[in-house]
Amino acid sequence: MKLIFEKSQPGRQATTIPASDVPAVQASKAIPAHLLRDEVELPEVAEVDIVRHYTNLSRRNFGVDLGFYPLGSCTMKYNPKVNEEAAKLPGFTQQHPYAPAEWSQGSMQMMYELRQMLSEILGMKDFTLQPAAGAHGELTGVMMIKKYFDRLGQKRTKILIPDAAHGTNPASGALCGFQTVEVRSNAEGGVDLDHLRELMTEDVAGLMLTNPNTVGLFERNLEQVMEIVKSKGGIMYCDGANANAYIGTNRPGDLGFDVIQLNLHKTFSTPHGCGGPGSGPVGVSEKLVDFLPVPRVVKKGDAYEWEYDAPDSIGRVKAFYGNFNVMIKAYTYIRSLGAAGLKRASENAVLNANYIKEKLRDHYQLAFDRICMHEVVFSGEKQVKESGVHTADIAKRLLDYGVHPPTIYFPMIVPEAIMIEPNETESKETLDDFCEIMIKIAGEAKENPEMLHKAPLTMPVKRLDGVQAARQPDVCFSGGCC
Amino acid sequence: MDYVPHTPEDQKQMMKTVGISSIEELFADIPEKYRLKKLLDLPAPLTEQEVSGLMQSLSENNRLPTAMMLGAGAYHHFIPAIVGHLIGRSEFYTAYTPYQAEISQGILQAIYEYQTMIAHLTGTKVANASMYDGASAMAEAAVLACKTLQRKKIVVSKSVHPEYRQTIQTYAWSNGYEVVETGYQQDGTLDAAALKAAVDDQTAAVLVQSPNFFGIIEDIAAIESVVHAQGSLLVAGFTDATSLGLLKPAGEQGADMVVGEGQSFGNPLNFGGPYLGIFASNEKLMRKIPGRIVGATKDEDGTRGYVLTLQAREQHIRREKATSNICSNEALCMLAAAVYLVSLGKNLKTLAELNLNKAQYLKSKLLALPGWSEVFSGPTYNEFVVRTPNAHVVNEKLQAKGILGGYDLGRDYPDLKDCLVFCATEMLSRESIGAAIASLA
Repeated sequence: MKLIFEKSQPGRQATTIPASDVPAVQASKAIPAHLLRDEVELPEVAEVDIVRHYTNLSRRNFGVDLGFYPLGSCTMKYNPKVNEEAAKLPGFTQQHPYAPAEWSQGSMQMMYELRQMLSEILGMKDFTLQPAAGAHGELTGVMMIKKYFDRLGQKRTKILIPDAAHGTNPASGALCGFQTVEVRSNAEGGVDLDHLRELMTEDVAGLMLTNPNTVGLFERNLEQVMEIVKSKGGIMYCDGANANAYIGTNRPGDLGFDVIQLNLHKTFSTPHGCGGPGSGPVGVSEKLVDFLPVPRVVKKGDAYEWEYDAPDSIGRVKAFYGNFNVMIKAYTYIRSLGAAGLKRASENAVLNANYIKEKLRDHYQLAFDRICMHEVVFSGEKQVKESGVHTADIAKRLLDYGVHPPTIYFPMIVPEAIMIEPNETESKETLDDFCEIMIKIAGEAKENPEMLHKAPLTMPVKRLDGVQAARQPDVCFSGGCC
Repeated sequence: MDYVPHTPEDQKQMMKTVGISSIEELFADIPEKYRLKKLLDLPAPLTEQEVSGLMQSLSENNRLPTAMMLGAGAYHHFIPAIVGHLIGRSEFYTAYTPYQAEISQGILQAIYEYQTMIAHLTGTKVANASMYDGASAMAEAAVLACKTLQRKKIVVSKSVHPEYRQTIQTYAWSNGYEVVETGYQQDGTLDAAALKAAVDDQTAAVLVQSPNFFGIIEDIAAIESVVHAQGSLLVAGFTDATSLGLLKPAGEQGADMVVGEGQSFGNPLNFGGPYLGIFASNEKLMRKIPGRIVGATKDEDGTRGYVLTLQAREQHIRREKATSNICSNEALCMLAAAVYLVSLGKNLKTLAELNLNKAQYLKSKLLALPGWSEVFSGPTYNEFVVRTPNAHVVNEKLQAKGILGGYDLGRDYPDLKDCLVFCATEMLSRESIGAAIASLA
C-alpha cells in the first residue's frame, strides 16, 4: 500500500485555516529570521484521501472487535462501548488540567472514587493514578520502595526478580538504580525457595513477584516467600499485570503485598489502542502511603481539592495527573459490573483458560500440568521434535485462520512457549473454534511442515525480513514530500 | 451488567471438560484463609442506561470555560472531525502493540509515517512511536544521556516547565544523578553564561525548552557549542507542538534529542492525559533511544512492509540492560497526531502564524491595561508573560466571565509573583479577547 507521502499532490489540501480576526503580524517582524523555519514539508492530500488511507490501513490491522485475541499476559478482553462513550463526554475531554478545582469537581470525584474502589478491590491502603502505563507504575512502585529505605536510613542496593518475570520488571528495577538479581523458578513454575533464601540478604530491597506468575500459576509457596523476604526487612512488590485472574476471590493486600501496579488496560477493560494509552495505578500498604506521588485528590467536606504538600512523596512521574481519559473507562467498567460482576469475570477468565488447557493437552505439550489461572502455557517442543515446526510457524499459521496468535517465546523459562490468555468475554463457541484450529495446525505440522514454515499465506505481506530492518534501519521515508 | 457470554449450560459443560464440580476448585492453590468469603464492598452494579446517566452527570459537574487563555503545557486547539472518526476505527483502538507484523501492517505503516513527519518537524533523523508525555520523555532523555555517557550530572534551565523539572528530579533521584538548575535572563531566555559555568565534563545532558515555559523562543544554536564542548548531549524540548510549524527545528540547531508534548496535534485536553510524548534524536543515538521504532523492510516476494525494529534496545529483549523500561506507549494518541498532521499539511505553518497573531493581539491589549507591564522582552510564539496588579484577582475576574485566565507563575517562581503566562490559540476569538479586556478594565 502506498505511503501517504506517495499520494501527495502539490496544491491539494484537506483543511483551511480561518482568516485572522485580529491584525496580522508578519512572523519575521515578531521573531528573528534565524529562529524561523523553512517551509513545512507535510503531505498535500484531500480529506477523502486521508479517510481512505487510514480506513484502508485499519483493514490491515486486527483488534478484539474483529476476532479472538488470546495474547497471553495482555488481557485482550472486550472493550465495552459504553466506556468509550463516557470518555467522549465534552465535560471530560474539554477540561484543562489547570482549571480551578471548583471547575473540575466531576473529574476529581471520579478520580477519588476510582482510587477508593481500587483500594477495596486489591486490599491496599491507597492508590496513585498518576503512572501512564504498567511499566510506569512498576517504576513508581520501585521508587517508593527506594524512598522507604532512604527514610529508614538503610542502604539496600539490590532487588530480586524471578527469571520468569516480564522484561519490564528488571528494566524498572535498573531504571531506579537497583542491581537486579534473578531468582530461579522451581520445577513447578514457582519461586525456588532455597535460591530465594540464599539471595535474600539485608542489602536487598525486596522481591518483585508476578502472581499468578507468567506461566499462569498461583504461587503455591506464597506464605513462605513472604516470610523469607519480610524476615530480612524486604518489601513485597506484586506485579498486577495478571490481576484478571483473581478479582473478587482474593486480594494482594490481604496476602501481604506492600505494593502493586495495575494495568487498567488489561484487568479493567480499557482498550490497548495499538500499544497505548494505558494507565498504571499503583496501590500501597500503610507503610508506603507517605511516598505516593503528588498531587493527590483529597476530599474536604463535600469538595475535592488537590493536595501538593507531602514531604516524603517521591514527587512526580509525569506532568498533570495521569491518563485521566483512560481512568474514566475503568471507572465506568467497575460501576457497571459491581462486586458480583467483577468476581464473575475473573472466575470465567480462569474457567476459559482451563477449558483450553484440557482441549489442547493431547495436541501440545503443557508447560505445567496443573490447574492454571487466567492463562495457560504450552510448549511447542513436541512439534519441533516431531516435524521441525517451531512456535513461530504455528503463530504465523494462526493468522491465516483469522485468529491473533497467543504470546510466543515468553516466558523464557518455557522453551518454544505458547502463552494463551482467553479472557472471560469469549464464548464457548469461540474457544471451541480456536481449539479446533490449533488441533488442525498440529496436524498440518505433521503432514505439511513446509507450509507452516511459509505461513502466513493470506496476509497482505508474507514474513518480513526483520534482520534487514535492524541492520540497515529505514525508519523515515526519504522519498520526498516530507 | 457484565460481559461474560456463558449460559449456565455452557458453564456446566465446560466445568465437566475441566473436571471440576464447582468454580471454587479452580482457586484451590490459594490458601483458604486468604479467599474472600463475601463480595467486595463496591457500589451496586448498574445497567448501561444507569451508568451512562451517572457519567453524564459527573461530566456535567465540571464547568467548562467559554474562552481559554491558559496553556502551560496543555493546549486548546481545533481538532478536525476526521481525527476522531479514524482513530475510532476499532481495528486500531482494540488492537495491542503490533508484535505480529503481518496482521498489523496498518498501524505499523501509520507509525512509520508519523516517525517520518516528526523527524521532519524536529529536524532529526529518527523518532520513536511515542512516550507517555512531554515530561517523562524529557526525563528519559536525561537518563539515557547519563547512561550513554556514564556521567551523573544533568543541567536544566529553570525556564523549562516546572512539572517537567519535577519529573526529571524524580527520575534523577532514583538513579543517583545530580540535577543543577540554571536561571534565565531579563529577556526571558536562558542564562547562557550560567549554563556555561554549570556544564562541565561530568555533565551528561543539558535540557532546555523552546518556546520555554514563559513562551520565549530560545536561540538553541547559540548554546550548542557550549554543551558539545564538554561532550554533553543537548536535549531540546518545546511547549506547544504547533510551534514546530513556524520555528527552526531544534535538530537543525544542534540538539541531539528533541522531546516534547505532542498533545496539540489532534488530542483533546482531557484534564491532563493521555497525551503524547514526542521523542526524536540524531542518527548516532538511534540504537539507544527508548520506545518502539518501526522500520521498513521487505518480505520474500520483495513487497514493502513494516516491522518493529532495533528491539535490542528494549526491555523485553534486554531486560535490566535495556535503555528504558517503557512497554505500553501512547499509540492511539500518536495515530491522532498523524491524522492531524496529514490533515493540516502545509497549513500547519498557517495555523502557527494565526496563533502568533492572536497572541500578539492579546498581549497588546493586556499591556494597555493600567498597571500591567511586560516581563520579558524576548520573542514569543503563542504564550507570553505579563505582570498584573494582582494575579489572583485577575483570574477571578476572568473566571466570573467564564474565561480561564493565565498560569500563575508565583506558584513556582517567587520572583515572578503576580505574573501570568497567557496563551492564545486559533480558538480564542477577538470577541472573547474583547470580553476579557472589558472585565479587567
